[in-house]
Amino acid sequence: MLKKRLIPKLLLKPMQFGSISKLVLVTTVGFEKTINAGDPVSQAKIYEAQAADELIFLNIESENVSHEKVIPILNKLSEEIFMPITIGGGINSIEIIREYLRNGADKISLNTYAFKNPNFIKESSSIYGAQCIVCSIDYKLENGKAIVFINNGKEKTNVHLIDWAIECEKLGAGELLITNINHDGCNNGLDLIELKKVCCNVKIPVIASGGCGLAKHFIEGFEAGADAVSAGTYFCFKDQNPIQTRSHIANANIPIRLHK
Amino acid sequence: MLGIIDYGMGNLLSVKNAVEYLGHEVEIITSANEVENYDKLILPGVGAFPDCMNNLNKKGFVEILQNQVVDNKKPILGICLGMQVMATIGNELIKTSGLNWIDGEVELMQVTDKQYRIPHVGWAETFIKNHFIFDGIKSIPEFYFVHSYHMKCLNESNVIATINHQNNYTAAICKNNIIGCQFHPEKSQELGLLVLKNFITKNFNA
Repeated sequence: MLKKRLIPKLLLKPMQFGSISKLVLVTTVGFEKTINAGDPVSQAKIYEAQAADELIFLNIESENVSHEKVIPILNKLSEEIFMPITIGGGINSIEIIREYLRNGADKISLNTYAFKNPNFIKESSSIYGAQCIVCSIDYKLENGKAIVFINNGKEKTNVHLIDWAIECEKLGAGELLITNINHDGCNNGLDLIELKKVCCNVKIPVIASGGCGLAKHFIEGFEAGADAVSAGTYFCFKDQNPIQTRSHIANANIPIRLHK
Repeated sequence: MLGIIDYGMGNLLSVKNAVEYLGHEVEIITSANEVENYDKLILPGVGAFPDCMNNLNKKGFVEILQNQVVDNKKPILGICLGMQVMATIGNELIKTSGLNWIDGEVELMQVTDKQYRIPHVGWAETFIKNHFIFDGIKSIPEFYFVHSYHMKCLNESNVIATINHQNNYTAAICKNNIIGCQFHPEKSQELGLLVLKNFITKNFNA
């Protein structure tokens, strides 16, 4: 039986240290305010020690940070940790996907470029297989409707979450990562209503993200149908770590890996 | 020395790093004529079955592997797609001949119950048989899987591990010196590394 997954989400952002710019780990609130959370590689190693199930790395300022800057981090990660890694942020060509895969990534997360060029999902999925392609969808609730936002939450579209989710599956996505921007960093729980809708309408695994502040929020996400729950702020700044969270989840009779 | 076959597809770096982390020497094999210099081989793979066979053929690996693995009995470990191409036929996208070392076909996983999703992604309880590749591993380990297709073996005796995802599916295969796992040992933390270590250190002639 497949276990439900806990996935720390690591957001990368450039920060100036004297004359050099370095990629650091941050958490966000509503995709806007960012809080520095340290070195991505050391944090990833801690998550591995705590037996996180996978890691998601997102280059959230891809307009300023080239893939050449991200690859060395990925390279270093793959020397030190032996668990699945998904990478995303500004991915817009098959060549870049190939480079990321060659340098240690297992899955690729597509967002803005794929939204504007849906055929790219089809193309990448046919080359690398659906299991390699994660479509990341960010949305906000406006007048009760879940509207897709792209460009790291800065650009509103006129497409509904559920329609785009179904379209991504049709185009060949192997997983969906859905994030309610309003819940991001707020610790108030996942958007269970939209999560349920998406889970009911697609057959591929769904990763829920945005708003986990308590162990029970993960449980709620799994009960709503998510295969995995991803969190940034929760794992960075809470006393809770994946080991403790797992016990809470197991106590709710949800199949999850337990740390030995 | 261990060699990882590079035919232009797959997450080579992770496999290489995992082997080095275990303290063993390993090299990437980029050309077919180097294959005979290595004692054991790893065939990784990410992508689609037809592309994989195409690339193996183009780079001349199919012929040399036939000689080294089938005739000379050199130990080989196929990972994920690298295991699947060991079958007779692949049915991903278009019907394609595989390496034909293991009698069987690669097919899309079929589920009817909505709680089971495809691709099959994540850590799955794996029902292992008694085989030295699993030495030191408790009865039902969890390994990391990420795939939509599965290998249906004609001979039950080739299957050394299974998973259940509404139906039972092959998780690992073995035929003499040929080993394959659908899961990713290089991504399955401690227990995955143990599988790799067993492959590297065990004596296949014993």
